[in-house]
Amino acid sequence: MFRNQYDTDVTTWSPAGRLFQVEYAMEAVKQGSAAIGLRSKTHVVLASVNKANSELSSHQKKIFKVDDHIGVAISGLTADGRVISRYLRSECINHSFTYESPLPVGRLVVQLADKAQFPLEILNVGHKSFGVGVFLIVEADGRFLLDQVCTQRSWKRPYGVGLLVAGLDESGAHLYYNCPSGNYFEYQAFAIGSRSQAAKTYLERKFETFMGSSREDLIRDALFAIKETLQGEKLTSSICTVAVVGVGEPFNIINQKTIQELIESFETKEEEVVEAADQGAAMQEDRSPEGAPMDI
Amino acid sequence: MNSIDSTPAKNSLLSSEIGSERTLYPYVTGTSVIGIKYKDGILMAADMGGSYGSTLRYKSVERLKSIGKHSLLGASGEISDFQEILRYLDELILYDNMWDDGNSLGPKEVHNYLTRVMYNRRNKFNPLWNSLVLGGVKNGQKYLGTVSMIGVHFEDNHVATGFGNHLARPILRDEWHENLSFEDAVKLLEKCMRVLLYRDRSAINKLQIAKITEEEVTISQPYSLKTFWGFSAFQNPTKGAEGSW
Repeated sequence: MFRNQYDTDVTTWSPAGRLFQVEYAMEAVKQGSAAIGLRSKTHVVLASVNKANSELSSHQKKIFKVDDHIGVAISGLTADGRVISRYLRSECINHSFTYESPLPVGRLVVQLADKAQFPLEILNVGHKSFGVGVFLIVEADGRFLLDQVCTQRSWKRPYGVGLLVAGLDESGAHLYYNCPSGNYFEYQAFAIGSRSQAAKTYLERKFETFMGSSREDLIRDALFAIKETLQGEKLTSSICTVAVVGVGEPFNIINQKTIQELIESFETKEEEVVEAADQGAAMQEDRSPEGAPMDI
Repeated sequence: MNSIDSTPAKNSLLSSEIGSERTLYPYVTGTSVIGIKYKDGILMAADMGGSYGSTLRYKSVERLKSIGKHSLLGASGEISDFQEILRYLDELILYDNMWDDGNSLGPKEVHNYLTRVMYNRRNKFNPLWNSLVLGGVKNGQKYLGTVSMIGVHFEDNHVATGFGNHLARPILRDEWHENLSFEDAVKLLEKCMRVLLYRDRSAINKLQIAKITEEEVTISQPYSLKTFWGFSAFQNPTKGAEGSW
Protein backbone atom coordinates (compact mmCIF):
# COMPACT_ATOMS: atom_id res chain seq x y z
CA MET A 1 0.00 0.00 0.00
CA PHE A 2 1.40 3.38 -0.91
CA ARG A 3 0.59 6.78 0.49
CA ASN A 4 -1.95 8.81 -1.42
CA GLN A 5 -3.97 11.97 -1.00
CA TYR A 6 -7.03 10.19 0.36
CA ASP A 7 -5.44 8.44 3.25
CA THR A 8 -4.99 11.08 5.94
CA ASP A 9 -8.55 11.15 7.17
CA VAL A 10 -10.83 8.36 8.28
CA THR A 11 -13.67 10.50 7.01
CA THR A 12 -12.41 10.65 3.43
CA TRP A 13 -13.32 8.17 0.73
CA SER A 14 -10.92 7.40 -2.06
CA PRO A 15 -12.29 7.57 -5.59
CA ALA A 16 -12.16 3.80 -5.66
CA GLY A 17 -14.53 3.63 -2.72
CA ARG A 18 -11.94 2.73 -0.06
CA LEU A 19 -11.37 4.10 3.42
CA PHE A 20 -7.61 3.93 3.63
CA GLN A 21 -7.36 4.68 7.34
CA VAL A 22 -9.47 1.62 8.05
CA GLU A 23 -7.25 -0.50 5.83
CA TYR A 24 -4.15 0.86 7.54
CA ALA A 25 -5.73 -0.05 10.87
CA MET A 26 -6.05 -3.60 9.60
CA GLU A 27 -2.33 -3.49 8.75
CA ALA A 28 -1.67 -2.75 12.41
CA VAL A 29 -3.40 -6.00 13.27
CA LYS A 30 -1.16 -7.89 10.85
CA GLN A 31 1.93 -6.46 12.53
CA GLY A 32 0.93 -7.60 16.01
CA SER A 33 2.14 -10.92 17.36
CA ALA A 34 0.09 -13.96 16.54
CA ALA A 35 -3.14 -15.00 18.23
CA ILE A 36 -5.17 -18.06 17.31
CA GLY A 37 -8.50 -19.52 18.28
CA LEU A 38 -10.28 -22.79 17.65
CA ARG A 39 -13.49 -24.34 18.84
CA SER A 40 -15.26 -27.63 19.23
CA LYS A 41 -18.88 -28.24 20.08
CA THR A 42 -18.28 -27.68 23.77
CA HIS A 43 -15.01 -25.77 24.16
CA VAL A 44 -13.15 -22.82 22.69
CA VAL A 45 -9.39 -22.40 23.01
CA LEU A 46 -7.44 -19.18 22.54
CA ALA A 47 -3.67 -19.01 22.32
CA SER A 48 -1.27 -16.14 21.77
CA VAL A 49 2.41 -15.55 21.35
CA ASN A 50 3.75 -13.14 23.93
CA LYS A 51 7.27 -12.03 23.30
CA ALA A 52 8.77 -9.68 25.80
CA ASN A 53 10.88 -6.79 24.51
CA SER A 54 13.82 -7.88 26.56
CA GLU A 55 14.61 -10.52 29.10
CA LEU A 56 14.24 -7.93 31.82
CA SER A 57 10.64 -7.00 31.05
CA SER A 58 7.38 -8.83 31.46
CA HIS A 59 5.17 -9.97 28.62
CA GLN A 60 2.30 -8.00 27.24
CA LYS A 61 -1.08 -9.31 28.21
CA LYS A 62 -2.97 -10.32 25.10
CA ILE A 63 -5.69 -12.57 26.43
CA PHE A 64 -8.42 -11.07 28.58
CA LYS A 65 -11.26 -12.60 30.51
CA VAL A 66 -14.42 -10.66 29.73
CA ASP A 67 -16.87 -12.72 31.75
CA ASP A 68 -17.12 -16.27 33.03
CA HIS A 69 -18.32 -17.38 29.64
CA ILE A 70 -16.38 -15.05 27.31
CA GLY A 71 -12.72 -14.27 26.71
CA VAL A 72 -10.79 -12.40 24.02
CA ALA A 73 -7.35 -12.62 22.45
CA ILE A 74 -6.04 -9.53 20.70
CA SER A 75 -3.48 -8.68 18.09
CA GLY A 76 -2.30 -5.20 17.14
CA LEU A 77 -2.22 -2.11 19.33
CA THR A 78 -2.56 -3.72 22.73
CA ALA A 79 -3.46 -0.38 24.30
CA ASP A 80 -6.59 -0.27 22.15
CA GLY A 81 -7.16 -3.88 23.11
CA ARG A 82 -7.25 -2.98 26.78
CA VAL A 83 -9.77 -0.19 26.21
CA ILE A 84 -11.96 -2.52 24.20
CA SER A 85 -11.73 -5.24 26.84
CA ARG A 86 -12.88 -2.77 29.42
CA TYR A 87 -15.88 -1.93 27.24
CA LEU A 88 -16.68 -5.61 26.71
CA ARG A 89 -16.47 -6.34 30.43
CA SER A 90 -18.72 -3.40 31.14
CA GLU A 91 -21.35 -4.59 28.65
CA CYS A 92 -21.30 -8.10 30.09
CA ILE A 93 -21.59 -7.01 33.65
CA ASN A 94 -24.41 -4.58 32.91
CA HIS A 95 -26.34 -7.33 31.17
CA SER A 96 -25.74 -9.73 34.06
CA PHE A 97 -26.91 -7.14 36.53
CA THR A 98 -30.15 -6.37 34.72
CA TYR A 99 -31.05 -9.88 33.56
CA GLU A 100 -29.15 -12.20 35.96
CA SER A 101 -28.08 -14.02 32.87
CA PRO A 102 -24.90 -14.15 30.76
CA LEU A 103 -24.82 -11.93 27.68
CA PRO A 104 -24.96 -14.07 24.52
CA VAL A 105 -21.59 -13.86 22.70
CA GLY A 106 -23.22 -13.13 19.37
CA ARG A 107 -24.81 -10.00 20.74
CA LEU A 108 -21.62 -8.76 22.37
CA VAL A 109 -19.77 -9.19 19.12
CA VAL A 110 -22.35 -7.15 17.21
CA GLN A 111 -22.22 -4.39 19.80
CA LEU A 112 -18.45 -4.29 19.48
CA ALA A 113 -18.60 -4.21 15.71
CA ASP A 114 -21.07 -1.34 15.82
CA LYS A 115 -18.75 0.54 18.15
CA ALA A 116 -16.08 0.53 15.47
CA GLN A 117 -18.44 2.56 13.34
CA PHE A 118 -20.18 4.72 15.91
CA PRO A 119 -17.72 7.06 17.57
CA LEU A 120 -20.31 7.64 20.26
CA GLU A 121 -18.29 10.08 22.31
CA ILE A 122 -18.02 12.44 19.38
CA LEU A 123 -21.77 12.87 18.95
CA ASN A 124 -22.38 15.14 21.91
CA VAL A 125 -19.37 17.34 21.40
CA GLY A 126 -19.54 17.64 17.62
CA HIS A 127 -23.25 18.18 17.34
CA LYS A 128 -23.71 21.90 17.68
CA SER A 129 -20.51 23.58 16.61
CA PHE A 130 -19.40 21.28 13.84
CA GLY A 131 -21.18 19.94 10.85
CA VAL A 132 -22.37 16.43 11.43
CA GLY A 133 -23.51 14.30 8.57
CA VAL A 134 -25.12 10.90 8.69
CA PHE A 135 -24.53 8.45 5.89
CA LEU A 136 -26.17 5.13 5.29
CA ILE A 137 -23.67 2.68 3.83
CA VAL A 138 -24.59 -0.64 2.37
CA GLU A 139 -21.89 -3.26 2.63
CA ALA A 140 -21.21 -5.75 -0.11
CA ASP A 141 -22.95 -8.49 1.84
CA GLY A 142 -26.13 -6.46 2.26
CA ARG A 143 -25.65 -5.40 5.89
CA PHE A 144 -25.99 -1.73 6.50
CA LEU A 145 -24.19 0.54 8.88
CA LEU A 146 -25.11 3.97 10.08
CA ASP A 147 -21.92 5.91 9.85
CA GLN A 148 -21.95 9.06 11.93
CA VAL A 149 -19.34 11.28 10.37
CA CYS A 150 -18.18 14.59 11.71
CA THR A 151 -17.39 16.51 8.56
CA GLN A 152 -15.15 19.20 9.96
CA ARG A 153 -13.14 17.58 12.70
CA SER A 154 -12.15 13.97 13.10
CA TRP A 155 -10.35 13.26 16.34
CA LYS A 156 -11.28 9.62 16.32
CA ARG A 157 -9.37 6.88 14.62
CA PRO A 158 -10.33 3.29 14.02
CA TYR A 159 -9.21 0.79 16.65
CA GLY A 160 -5.90 -0.75 15.66
CA VAL A 161 -6.62 -4.16 17.10
CA GLY A 162 -8.21 -7.37 15.89
CA LEU A 163 -10.05 -9.49 18.44
CA LEU A 164 -10.71 -13.16 18.60
CA VAL A 165 -13.79 -13.47 20.82
CA ALA A 166 -14.37 -16.89 22.36
CA GLY A 167 -17.55 -17.62 24.24
CA LEU A 168 -20.29 -19.95 25.23
CA ASP A 169 -24.00 -19.37 25.09
CA GLU A 170 -27.27 -21.28 24.81
CA SER A 171 -26.57 -22.30 21.25
CA GLY A 172 -23.11 -23.70 21.99
CA ALA A 173 -19.47 -22.69 21.71
CA HIS A 174 -18.54 -19.78 19.42
CA LEU A 175 -15.43 -18.13 18.03
CA TYR A 176 -15.69 -14.73 16.35
CA TYR A 177 -13.17 -12.41 14.77
CA ASN A 178 -13.81 -8.67 15.09
CA CYS A 179 -11.77 -6.44 12.84
CA PRO A 180 -11.12 -2.67 12.89
CA SER A 181 -13.39 -2.19 9.89
CA GLY A 182 -16.37 -3.12 12.02
CA ASN A 183 -16.86 -6.47 10.31
CA TYR A 184 -17.16 -9.66 12.27
CA PHE A 185 -17.24 -13.29 11.25
CA GLU A 186 -17.76 -16.56 13.03
CA TYR A 187 -15.05 -19.17 12.65
CA GLN A 188 -14.30 -22.79 13.41
CA ALA A 189 -10.67 -21.78 13.78
CA PHE A 190 -8.69 -18.66 12.91
CA ALA A 191 -5.32 -16.99 13.34
CA ILE A 192 -4.38 -13.31 13.24
CA GLY A 193 -1.17 -11.30 13.57
CA SER A 194 2.30 -11.78 12.17
CA ARG A 195 3.09 -15.14 10.53
CA SER A 196 -0.50 -16.15 11.14
CA GLN A 197 -0.63 -17.63 7.64
CA ALA A 198 1.49 -20.56 8.80
CA ALA A 199 -0.95 -21.23 11.62
CA LYS A 200 -3.91 -20.85 9.27
CA THR A 201 -2.43 -23.42 6.93
CA TYR A 202 -2.11 -25.87 9.81
CA LEU A 203 -5.64 -25.15 10.98
CA GLU A 204 -7.06 -25.48 7.47
CA ARG A 205 -5.69 -28.98 7.30
CA LYS A 206 -7.29 -30.05 10.53
CA PHE A 207 -10.35 -27.91 11.12
CA GLU A 208 -12.88 -30.53 10.06
CA THR A 209 -12.00 -32.62 13.10
CA PHE A 210 -12.35 -29.80 15.61
CA MET A 211 -16.10 -29.99 16.15
CA GLY A 212 -15.74 -33.39 17.75
CA SER A 213 -12.41 -32.79 19.46
CA SER A 214 -11.88 -33.21 23.14
CA ARG A 215 -10.62 -30.32 25.26
CA GLU A 216 -7.10 -31.77 25.34
CA ASP A 217 -6.98 -32.24 21.59
CA LEU A 218 -8.07 -28.67 21.03
CA ILE A 219 -5.34 -27.37 23.30
CA ARG A 220 -2.82 -29.57 21.54
CA ASP A 221 -3.87 -28.26 18.15
CA ALA A 222 -3.68 -24.70 19.48
CA LEU A 223 -0.12 -25.25 20.64
CA PHE A 224 0.87 -26.78 17.33
CA ALA A 225 -0.64 -23.83 15.48
CA ILE A 226 1.35 -21.44 17.67
CA LYS A 227 4.45 -23.47 16.97
CA GLU A 228 3.90 -22.95 13.25
CA THR A 229 4.03 -19.19 13.68
CA LEU A 230 7.34 -19.38 15.49
CA GLN A 231 9.16 -20.58 12.36
CA GLY A 232 11.61 -22.89 14.02
CA GLU A 233 12.00 -21.07 17.31
CA LYS A 234 11.55 -23.33 20.29
CA LEU A 235 8.04 -23.40 21.77
CA THR A 236 8.05 -22.93 25.51
CA SER A 237 5.33 -21.87 27.89
CA SER A 238 7.16 -18.63 28.60
CA ILE A 239 6.44 -17.23 25.16
CA CYS A 240 2.85 -18.34 24.74
CA THR A 241 -0.40 -18.07 26.66
CA VAL A 242 -3.31 -20.48 26.32
CA ALA A 243 -6.85 -19.98 27.64
CA VAL A 244 -9.94 -22.14 27.44
CA VAL A 245 -13.67 -21.80 28.02
CA GLY A 246 -16.17 -24.63 27.85
CA VAL A 247 -19.35 -26.21 29.07
CA GLY A 248 -18.98 -26.39 32.82
CA GLU A 249 -15.63 -24.59 32.67
CA PRO A 250 -15.49 -20.82 33.10
CA PHE A 251 -12.98 -18.89 31.02
CA ASN A 252 -9.54 -19.30 32.50
CA ILE A 253 -5.94 -18.87 31.42
CA ILE A 254 -4.09 -22.14 31.75
CA ASN A 255 -1.26 -22.23 34.22
CA GLN A 256 2.20 -21.82 32.67
CA LYS A 257 3.54 -24.99 34.29
CA THR A 258 0.68 -27.07 32.87
CA ILE A 259 1.37 -25.69 29.43
CA GLN A 260 5.05 -26.52 29.68
CA GLU A 261 4.18 -30.09 30.68
CA LEU A 262 1.78 -30.38 27.76
CA ILE A 263 4.38 -29.05 25.33
CA GLU A 264 6.92 -31.54 26.60
CA SER A 265 4.49 -34.44 26.36
CA PHE A 266 3.63 -33.51 22.76
CA GLU A 267 7.28 -33.29 21.87
CA THR A 268 8.09 -36.72 23.25
CA LYS A 269 5.12 -38.11 21.36
CA GLU A 270 6.35 -36.42 18.23
CA GLU A 271 9.82 -37.88 18.70
CA GLU A 272 8.33 -41.33 19.19
CA VAL A 273 6.31 -40.97 16.02
CA VAL A 274 9.38 -39.80 14.12
CA GLU A 275 11.47 -42.67 15.49
CA ALA A 276 8.84 -45.22 14.60
CA ALA A 277 8.65 -43.78 11.08
CA ASP A 278 12.45 -43.96 10.76
CA GLN A 279 12.51 -47.54 11.95
CA GLY A 280 9.69 -48.44 9.62
CA ALA A 281 11.52 -46.86 6.71
CA ALA A 282 14.71 -48.72 7.64
CA MET A 283 12.88 -52.04 7.77
CA GLN A 284 11.33 -51.30 4.41
CA GLU A 285 14.76 -50.87 2.86
CA ASP A 286 15.98 -54.22 4.25
CA ARG A 287 13.05 -56.11 2.95
CA SER A 288 12.77 -54.68 -0.50
CA PRO A 289 15.77 -56.43 -2.17
CA GLU A 290 14.20 -59.73 -1.10
CA GLY A 291 10.65 -58.99 -2.07
CA ALA A 292 11.26 -56.90 -5.13
CA PRO A 293 9.84 -58.45 -8.25
CA MET A 294 12.26 -59.17 -10.99
CA ASP A 295 12.40 -56.61 -13.68
CA ILE A 296 11.52 -58.17 -16.92
CA MET B 1 -61.10 7.51 47.94
CA ASN B 2 -58.50 6.92 50.59
CA SER B 3 -58.17 9.24 53.50
CA ILE B 4 -54.44 9.75 53.14
CA ASP B 5 -53.46 13.40 53.28
CA SER B 6 -50.77 14.67 50.99
CA THR B 7 -48.90 17.29 52.90
CA PRO B 8 -47.79 20.17 50.65
CA ALA B 9 -44.54 20.65 52.57
CA LYS B 10 -43.43 17.12 51.92
CA ASN B 11 -44.40 17.41 48.29
CA SER B 12 -42.24 20.46 47.60
CA LEU B 13 -39.18 18.66 48.89
CA LEU B 14 -39.67 15.63 46.76
CA SER B 15 -41.29 17.00 43.62
CA SER B 16 -40.23 19.15 40.71
CA GLU B 17 -41.53 22.65 40.23
CA ILE B 18 -44.21 21.40 37.84
CA GLY B 19 -45.98 19.72 40.71
CA SER B 20 -45.94 16.41 42.47
CA GLU B 21 -45.05 13.61 40.08
CA ARG B 22 -45.01 10.69 42.38
CA THR B 23 -47.62 8.01 42.83
CA LEU B 24 -49.27 8.57 46.17
CA TYR B 25 -52.04 5.97 46.15
CA PRO B 26 -53.58 3.55 43.69
CA TYR B 27 -56.97 4.19 42.08
CA VAL B 28 -58.14 1.19 40.09
CA THR B 29 -56.81 -1.98 41.63
CA GLY B 30 -56.75 -5.70 41.04
CA THR B 31 -56.65 -8.15 43.92
CA SER B 32 -54.67 -11.38 44.48
CA VAL B 33 -52.77 -13.40 41.89
CA ILE B 34 -51.68 -16.98 42.66
CA GLY B 35 -49.00 -18.95 40.82
CA ILE B 36 -47.84 -22.55 41.24
CA LYS B 37 -45.36 -24.88 39.58
CA TYR B 38 -46.75 -28.17 38.35
CA LYS B 39 -45.46 -31.12 36.37
CA ASP B 40 -45.33 -29.52 32.91
CA GLY B 41 -44.84 -25.86 33.82
CA ILE B 42 -46.57 -23.03 35.64
CA LEU B 43 -50.22 -22.35 36.42
CA MET B 44 -51.52 -18.93 37.42
CA ALA B 45 -54.92 -17.70 38.50
CA ALA B 46 -56.40 -14.26 38.96
CA ASP B 47 -59.90 -12.88 38.97
CA MET B 48 -61.05 -10.23 36.54
CA GLY B 49 -62.06 -7.47 38.92
CA GLY B 50 -60.88 -3.86 38.88
CA SER B 51 -61.96 -2.09 42.07
CA TYR B 52 -62.26 1.66 42.33
CA GLY B 53 -61.82 1.88 46.06
CA SER B 54 -64.66 -0.13 47.57
CA THR B 55 -66.67 -0.19 44.34
CA LEU B 56 -66.25 -3.23 42.11
CA ARG B 57 -66.20 -1.05 39.03
CA TYR B 58 -64.64 -3.11 36.25
CA LYS B 59 -65.41 -6.78 35.86
CA SER B 60 -63.49 -7.81 32.76
CA VAL B 61 -59.94 -6.78 33.55
CA GLU B 62 -57.38 -9.27 32.23
CA ARG B 63 -54.67 -9.44 34.82
CA LEU B 64 -52.71 -12.34 33.29
CA LYS B 65 -50.66 -11.69 30.15
CA SER B 66 -48.10 -13.66 28.18
CA ILE B 67 -44.67 -12.11 27.64
CA GLY B 68 -42.56 -13.28 24.72
CA LYS B 69 -42.42 -17.01 24.12
CA HIS B 70 -41.43 -18.17 27.54
CA SER B 71 -43.16 -16.13 30.25
CA LEU B 72 -46.45 -15.27 31.88
CA LEU B 73 -47.06 -12.17 33.98
CA GLY B 74 -49.81 -11.65 36.53
CA ALA B 75 -50.32 -8.39 38.40
CA SER B 76 -52.28 -7.04 41.30
CA GLY B 77 -52.46 -3.41 42.34
CA GLU B 78 -52.88 -0.33 40.15
CA ILE B 79 -54.15 -1.40 36.73
CA SER B 80 -52.77 1.61 34.86
CA ASP B 81 -49.28 0.85 36.23
CA PHE B 82 -49.70 -2.73 35.06
CA GLN B 83 -50.46 -1.42 31.58
CA GLU B 84 -47.30 0.70 31.76
CA ILE B 85 -45.28 -2.36 32.72
CA LEU B 86 -46.75 -4.23 29.76
CA ARG B 87 -45.54 -1.44 27.49
CA TYR B 88 -42.01 -1.64 28.92
CA LEU B 89 -42.00 -5.41 28.43
CA ASP B 90 -43.41 -5.08 24.94
CA GLU B 91 -40.48 -2.88 23.97
CA LEU B 92 -38.04 -5.23 25.69
CA ILE B 93 -39.35 -8.26 23.83
CA LEU B 94 -39.42 -6.30 20.58
CA TYR B 95 -35.73 -5.42 20.80
CA ASP B 96 -34.96 -8.97 21.81
CA ASN B 97 -36.75 -10.28 18.72
CA MET B 98 -35.05 -7.71 16.50
CA TRP B 99 -31.67 -9.32 17.21
CA ASP B 100 -33.09 -12.33 15.38
CA ASP B 101 -30.22 -14.49 16.52
CA GLY B 102 -31.73 -17.55 18.14
CA ASN B 103 -31.35 -16.18 21.66
CA SER B 104 -34.43 -15.13 23.58
CA LEU B 105 -35.24 -13.67 26.97
CA GLY B 106 -36.45 -16.33 29.36
CA PRO B 107 -38.58 -15.93 32.51
CA LYS B 108 -35.49 -15.47 34.69
CA GLU B 109 -34.28 -12.54 32.61
CA VAL B 110 -37.73 -10.91 32.50
CA HIS B 111 -38.11 -11.32 36.26
CA ASN B 112 -34.81 -9.64 36.93
CA TYR B 113 -35.54 -6.85 34.49
CA LEU B 114 -38.84 -6.19 36.26
CA THR B 115 -37.07 -6.22 39.62
CA ARG B 116 -34.69 -3.52 38.41
CA VAL B 117 -37.57 -1.42 37.07
CA MET B 118 -39.62 -1.70 40.27
CA TYR B 119 -36.72 -1.03 42.55
CA ASN B 120 -35.49 1.96 40.60
CA ARG B 121 -38.94 3.52 40.58
CA ARG B 122 -39.23 2.95 44.32
CA ASN B 123 -35.92 4.72 44.81
CA LYS B 124 -37.30 7.77 43.03
CA PHE B 125 -40.33 7.77 45.34
CA ASN B 126 -42.53 7.15 42.33
CA PRO B 127 -43.39 3.46 42.50
CA LEU B 128 -45.33 1.34 40.08
CA TRP B 129 -48.02 0.29 42.49
CA ASN B 130 -48.10 -3.42 41.64
CA SER B 131 -47.22 -6.83 42.96
CA LEU B 132 -46.18 -9.04 40.10
CA VAL B 133 -46.04 -12.77 39.56
CA LEU B 134 -43.74 -13.91 36.78
CA GLY B 135 -43.68 -17.54 35.66
CA GLY B 136 -42.41 -19.51 32.70
CA VAL B 137 -40.54 -22.45 31.25
CA LYS B 138 -37.39 -22.37 29.16
CA ASN B 139 -35.26 -25.30 28.05
CA GLY B 140 -37.15 -27.55 30.42
CA GLN B 141 -36.46 -25.33 33.43
CA LYS B 142 -39.53 -24.10 35.29
CA TYR B 143 -39.34 -20.65 36.85
CA LEU B 144 -41.74 -18.85 39.19
CA GLY B 145 -41.01 -15.59 40.94
CA THR B 146 -42.57 -12.47 42.34
CA VAL B 147 -41.66 -8.76 42.59
CA SER B 148 -43.34 -6.25 44.84
CA MET B 149 -43.77 -2.51 44.38
CA ILE B 150 -40.72 -1.81 46.48
CA GLY B 151 -38.52 -4.25 44.59
CA VAL B 152 -38.61 -7.21 46.97
CA HIS B 153 -38.18 -10.25 44.76
CA PHE B 154 -37.79 -13.99 45.18
CA GLU B 155 -38.57 -17.32 43.54
CA ASP B 156 -40.55 -20.18 44.97
CA ASN B 157 -42.65 -23.20 44.06
CA HIS B 158 -45.81 -21.27 44.83
CA VAL B 159 -46.30 -17.50 45.12
CA ALA B 160 -49.20 -15.14 45.67
CA THR B 161 -49.85 -11.44 46.01
CA GLY B 162 -51.94 -9.46 48.46
CA PHE B 163 -54.60 -11.44 50.27
CA GLY B 164 -53.41 -14.54 48.49
CA ASN B 165 -50.36 -14.54 50.74
CA HIS B 166 -52.54 -14.83 53.80
CA LEU B 167 -55.33 -17.07 52.54
CA ALA B 168 -53.94 -19.12 49.66
CA ARG B 169 -50.34 -19.82 50.62
CA PRO B 170 -51.15 -21.71 53.83
CA ILE B 171 -53.29 -24.05 51.73
CA LEU B 172 -50.47 -24.38 49.21
CA ARG B 173 -47.91 -25.05 51.91
CA ASP B 174 -49.97 -28.03 53.03
CA GLU B 175 -51.18 -29.37 49.73
CA TRP B 176 -48.65 -28.43 47.05
CA HIS B 177 -46.18 -31.09 46.02
CA GLU B 178 -43.71 -31.64 43.22
CA ASN B 179 -45.08 -32.94 39.90
CA LEU B 180 -48.74 -32.07 40.35
CA SER B 181 -50.77 -33.18 37.36
CA PHE B 182 -52.58 -30.47 35.43
CA GLU B 183 -55.99 -31.49 36.80
CA ASP B 184 -54.77 -31.60 40.40
CA ALA B 185 -53.02 -28.26 40.01
CA VAL B 186 -56.19 -26.62 38.67
CA LYS B 187 -58.22 -28.11 41.51
CA LEU B 188 -55.72 -26.74 44.00
CA LEU B 189 -55.81 -23.27 42.47
CA GLU B 190 -59.59 -23.27 42.39
CA LYS B 191 -59.66 -24.24 46.06
CA CYS B 192 -57.48 -21.22 46.84
CA MET B 193 -59.51 -18.91 44.64
CA ARG B 194 -62.73 -20.05 46.27
CA VAL B 195 -61.42 -19.17 49.73
CA LEU B 196 -60.35 -15.78 48.39
CA LEU B 197 -63.80 -15.30 46.89
CA TYR B 198 -65.43 -15.96 50.24
CA ARG B 199 -63.10 -13.89 52.30
CA ASP B 200 -61.61 -11.09 50.14
CA ARG B 201 -64.11 -8.32 49.60
CA SER B 202 -62.36 -7.12 46.42
CA ALA B 203 -62.62 -10.53 44.77
CA ILE B 204 -65.26 -11.28 42.17
CA ASN B 205 -66.54 -14.59 40.91
CA LYS B 206 -65.10 -14.37 37.44
CA LEU B 207 -61.61 -15.73 36.98
CA GLN B 208 -59.04 -16.85 34.45
CA ILE B 209 -56.45 -19.58 34.78
CA ALA B 210 -53.31 -19.38 32.66
CA LYS B 211 -50.99 -22.23 31.83
CA ILE B 212 -47.48 -22.07 30.45
CA THR B 213 -45.44 -25.07 29.36
CA GLU B 214 -42.39 -25.52 27.18
CA GLU B 215 -44.61 -25.70 24.11
CA GLU B 216 -47.39 -23.17 24.61
CA VAL B 217 -49.14 -20.51 26.63
CA THR B 218 -52.89 -20.67 27.17
CA ILE B 219 -55.07 -18.27 29.10
CA SER B 220 -58.50 -19.69 29.75
CA GLN B 221 -61.76 -17.99 29.00
CA PRO B 222 -63.34 -16.34 32.04
CA TYR B 223 -65.45 -18.64 34.17
CA SER B 224 -66.91 -18.70 37.66
CA LEU B 225 -66.61 -20.99 40.63
CA LYS B 226 -69.44 -22.80 42.32
CA THR B 227 -70.04 -21.33 45.73
CA PHE B 228 -72.05 -22.39 48.72
CA TRP B 229 -73.14 -19.85 51.22
CA GLY B 230 -75.24 -22.15 53.44
CA PHE B 231 -72.46 -22.95 55.89
CA SER B 232 -73.64 -22.79 59.47
CA ALA B 233 -70.62 -20.63 60.30
CA PHE B 234 -71.95 -18.00 57.91
CA GLN B 235 -75.37 -18.03 59.65
CA ASN B 236 -74.66 -15.86 62.63
CA PRO B 237 -71.44 -14.13 61.71
CA THR B 238 -71.21 -11.93 64.78
CA LYS B 239 -71.77 -14.80 67.17
CA GLY B 240 -68.34 -14.64 68.73
CA ALA B 241 -68.04 -10.87 68.51
CA GLU B 242 -71.14 -9.11 69.72
CA GLY B 243 -71.48 -5.60 68.41
CA SER B 244 -69.49 -6.10 65.23
CA TRP B 245 -71.05 -6.29 61.82
